[in-house]
Amino acid sequence: MSAPTAAVHGPAWHRWVLWSLLLLFAAFFLLPFYVMVTTSLKDMAQIREGNLLSLPTAPTAAAWLKAWSTACTGIDCGGLRPFFVNSVLMVVPAVLVSTALGAINGYVLSKWRFPGSELMFALILFGMFMPFQVVLLPMSQVLGWFGIASSIWGLILVHIVAGLPSTALFFRNYYVGLPDELIRAAMLDGAGFWRIFWRIVLPLSTPIMVVTLIWQFTQIWNDFLFGVVFSGAASKPVTVGLNNLANTSSAVKEYNVDMAAALIAGLPTLIVYVLAGKYFVRGLTAGAVKG
Amino acid sequence: MGALSIRNVTRHYGTVQILKGIDIEVDAGEFLILVGPSGCGKSTLLNIIAGLDTPTSGTVHIAGRDVTRALPKDRDIAMVFQSYALYPNMNVAQNIAFGLEMRNVPKPEREAAIARVSKMLQIEHLLDRKPGQLSGGQRQRVAMGRALARDPTLFLFDEPLSNLDAKLRVEMRAEIKHLHHKAQVTTVYVTHDQVEAMTLGDHIAVMKGGMIEQLGSPDDIYSRPATRFVAEFIGSPAMNIVAGAPAANGYASHGVALDLSERQRSELGAPRGDGILYGLRPEALSFAGAGLPGTISLLEPTGPETYALVDTPMGKLMARVPGKVHQQLGENVFLRWQADDAHLFDAKTERRIG
Repeated sequence: MSAPTAAVHGPAWHRWVLWSLLLLFAAFFLLPFYVMVTTSLKDMAQIREGNLLSLPTAPTAAAWLKAWSTACTGIDCGGLRPFFVNSVLMVVPAVLVSTALGAINGYVLSKWRFPGSELMFALILFGMFMPFQVVLLPMSQVLGWFGIASSIWGLILVHIVAGLPSTALFFRNYYVGLPDELIRAAMLDGAGFWRIFWRIVLPLSTPIMVVTLIWQFTQIWNDFLFGVVFSGAASKPVTVGLNNLANTSSAVKEYNVDMAAALIAGLPTLIVYVLAGKYFVRGLTAGAVKG
Repeated sequence: MGALSIRNVTRHYGTVQILKGIDIEVDAGEFLILVGPSGCGKSTLLNIIAGLDTPTSGTVHIAGRDVTRALPKDRDIAMVFQSYALYPNMNVAQNIAFGLEMRNVPKPEREAAIARVSKMLQIEHLLDRKPGQLSGGQRQRVAMGRALARDPTLFLFDEPLSNLDAKLRVEMRAEIKHLHHKAQVTTVYVTHDQVEAMTLGDHIAVMKGGMIEQLGSPDDIYSRPATRFVAEFIGSPAMNIVAGAPAANGYASHGVALDLSERQRSELGAPRGDGILYGLRPEALSFAGAGLPGTISLLEPTGPETYALVDTPMGKLMARVPGKVHQQLGENVFLRWQADDAHLFDAKTERRIG
């Protein structure tokens, strides 16, 4: 491994170039975010001046307040708030249930193999690669049968089912790394299926649990397709609300309100990642748990 | 009454036969060793005893009760695993008490068990630590403590020392022997290490290819190996075995007549057309002024003794000579042995004669 060492301890100009490039790329990727934040804090007068990159001369939260509570989405003018609430009501149970089921699936598929369990796993994995458009019609039929079409409950169910392949995969691959002898020792100690899960396996699952929670939260919060197809008038998630808000035509295009609304819609996933991101990276690279 | 009896147990995986009919009776308090090369089925057999695997046919009885289909937890056994399998999320005390907790033993009794076991194993100062903070030897002790806490009728060990370094292995070996002597719990111990087998076991079952080659006391196994495989597997360096073809007055190997005692001649009976296998333990050979001539082709001093590989007309023979050897590599020596020390096997069946 001489190459990386040489790069680190190379001549000073070497590092200078490296850092400059990194900063340049960082700035490039952060630029849209910068524009969103600054624009959301400007008033329409400054926006009309046309200088996209300038800082707000008189920062104001008016656009944020309007986006949150009074902006019009179609004929309703209640802002993003109801949509945001819908998203929260949808995302919390969907994330928790899909993660819990994924953990149990992964536990069974790695530690309680049965004839055909590998085939079962392959079929579950297949769900990850299936384009969701394919299931839209059958799914809406099923939701109709269950009597939960166009409701938040329907959306929750759809997200749980759609998330299962990835959560099962995450947990299964993590649990494969747990030594089988741990399970056997617990069996000899007199613990059964659930007690082994609760007392031995789950306490060792923190890294993959965090990864799965972040992953599922991001997936479900950011989903637009299911949200637009399966929601009713009163159950639209924030992504659909944002779309409606931005597409509602009025006399003046209020860029500051649009930007604020987009930030409101995107903020939760950003916050989750910032708070738990280090676990995310750690969990993705964590290997077997050595006793 | 037998503490453990294994009756005609077989195990197939598809068309692969892992165990081909195993019969073992273990008395209460006995220490039984299952030893053999990898793939001989010893771990499968242990898993069947533990209930972690089920036999294709045959039965397992523990303390007179048929447990062939019983769950591991209903067999009143405890097992020490090769990797120790300590629960990483629990501290040492919780690890030791987990089995009792699962059996709804009240807390005061659990605490008493922890105290008793940790005192016995001298791990009292480690009770609050997590397994990750322990050394290999300490983990080994905790694993044994977890097994001891439950006071099982049967102890199972699955190569428990193979992850330790050489010095610790010797220490823990002595400790296991000591513990067994104190607790007198019936024990089945799987190993591939013949020294562990010889030093620990009351009885040894030498396994090969899913069968028991020989079941006997360590002395039986060493002094009267039933087959060529057992003879070569137990003992280090391995027994020298040369093929003897029928000759004028008995048998000869490469033209060298093989010494046979009167007893051996009568056991051999009529001349055998296939010939015999003539086995000599390295310690049966000694350097002498006369005897089988040869040249030293390798010297391995170990300190208390020296292994000398001698090139003779019969082939290369390993001799185990006490102390240092003053002869040089390439020097000519004579090897001598007592005819009665030789082990005779049928050349075809490779089974012991006499």
